[in-house]
Amino acid sequence: MKIIVLIKQVPEMERVKFDTTRGVINRKSAGVEINPFDLNALEAALQIKEEFAAEVIALSMGPTRAEGVIKEAIARGADDGILLTDRKFSGADTRATAYLLASAIDKIGNVDLVIAGEMTVDGDTAQVGPQTAEYLGLAHIAYVTKLEEITEDYLTVVAPTWDGNYSKKINYPGLITVTKDLNTPRLPLLKRKLEVREAEVEKWGIADFETELDPQDVGLKGSCTRVRKIEVPSPVEREGKMWTGDQLREAITEVAQICQEKDRMGE
Amino acid sequence: MTEKEYNGIFVFAEQRGGEIHHVSYELLNKAEELAAELNCPIFAALLGPTGIKAEELIYRGANKVYYLEDQAFGQPDELFYKENLVDLIDELKPEIILVGATNFGRSLAPRVAAALDTGLTADCTELRVDQAGKLLQIRPAFSENILAQIETVTYPQMATVRYKEFVERKRDGTLEGEIIKKRPTKVQDQSVEILELLEQQEINIAEAEVVVAGGKGIKKAAGFELLQRLATELGGVIGASRDIIDVGYLSKEYQIGYSGYRIAPKIYIACGISGAPQHVAGIKEADKIIAINTDPSAPIFEVADYGIVGDLYQVIPRLIEEVEEDERRDN
Repeated sequence: MKIIVLIKQVPEMERVKFDTTRGVINRKSAGVEINPFDLNALEAALQIKEEFAAEVIALSMGPTRAEGVIKEAIARGADDGILLTDRKFSGADTRATAYLLASAIDKIGNVDLVIAGEMTVDGDTAQVGPQTAEYLGLAHIAYVTKLEEITEDYLTVVAPTWDGNYSKKINYPGLITVTKDLNTPRLPLLKRKLEVREAEVEKWGIADFETELDPQDVGLKGSCTRVRKIEVPSPVEREGKMWTGDQLREAITEVAQICQEKDRMGE
Repeated sequence: MTEKEYNGIFVFAEQRGGEIHHVSYELLNKAEELAAELNCPIFAALLGPTGIKAEELIYRGANKVYYLEDQAFGQPDELFYKENLVDLIDELKPEIILVGATNFGRSLAPRVAAALDTGLTADCTELRVDQAGKLLQIRPAFSENILAQIETVTYPQMATVRYKEFVERKRDGTLEGEIIKKRPTKVQDQSVEILELLEQQEINIAEAEVVVAGGKGIKKAAGFELLQRLATELGGVIGASRDIIDVGYLSKEYQIGYSGYRIAPKIYIACGISGAPQHVAGIKEADKIIAINTDPSAPIFEVADYGIVGDLYQVIPRLIEEVEEDERRDN
């Protein structure tokens, strides 16, 4: 059984500072890490591997420095990893990203299951998983919160859809996207960390593909959306009235009134 | 392909259990604005079991409703929906497609976009038409620190919009339009099987008029009983910031913010919530924000209409008392 885990290197969103005048993030203000949801995807793959003799391959697209996330995935238990990196891959929107990932999965071949995080913390679109499934011609289940039954032919999972939680079954080959609720990712092993530190990460550029990929469909060329402009949002004006310490009585009276005026609001 | 080939705005009208989801009416409202600029028709696509009141979509501004009737649409099967939507879109060739960014819409729309080989912009907070007639899609990025203006260079131009982002089109029973009933063009396959609905969601925080939410400052799970009393008194529900969900006091359906629910209540009361940008992202559409926090420098006070610096365990019981007293007086 072969499982691909899609991972992405992202800025540490909890720490990153933002340059509002230039409309860009200050990349020096924080480090990079594996997109947190992808760790849950990797953990799910490793749990399946514990049941069956599965091969787990981490797959990422990014600049050469993103090989760090491949190494980390291997340190955490992935068998192997591939970084898709090429100047021609840059500027990709979700469509071009998904197309390239699907092409690479085709090239790897004989894949039973693709697992992705529900979204990335820097893009926040949750689109790449389902788009990749479509380009692969595979079914998908999004927002998986629980793996119920793990077999060599199919998975049954729990995922929230519409107003409830559904039990769903996906036959291989297929793709799932997973949430943080699914599991607690295991930590990297020090021994493996040391092993991969000096190891060479396998990298595929555009020249490594043959029929699996049309160069017109990757990077900026293959993107259907363009960022035209960046705006900094104007803050919403709020009344901003505050009460402290000894003004509590006054505060309670006024706030209680506001709460009860709600039926006359928003008209 | 040229723009002329593509005409009209296509709204995916999501239904659940035969009820049209209100995000569809919000999309129709925006569609009406865009259609006025573009001078084009509005199509609504309703995929669902028989017996849905499709005319409601006409009363909310759709010119033509394409109602694909099949019991199988009663299950949230993205592949089956995608195949049939793509056929309908190929037939109609709309220039714009709008989909509600519900959990189902967020899973379905990317498949449709990929199948059509077109672009998709997620979670737009504003949509406009520029002078050339192109759709400008505005979406927040990087924890809402910036707004990106995005255009799609292919057709159709597709966007998803979160529930409660736009106001819904007011119902007008005098509006006229056409309902075209169709059978699905594709059949359901078995690559994904929807086995059963395990449980219905307990609360619907996105639609509540009053939300009383707790954060780290609540310190113990029992504190939510107090918040629940205030919420009940005000006819609302309780919610929480992410810290609370992470420690397991409440389940994810109560989570408000960037990675939880985005809410738009008339009153939002933040109790012991510091106000991280990720949380504030989920509450900015609230009419009134009231914050209670012991720390006067908590960022929540910067976005609040009313702030009380104090311990929630002292403030809330008194607030409940006051509201009860006011009600007695009014009766």
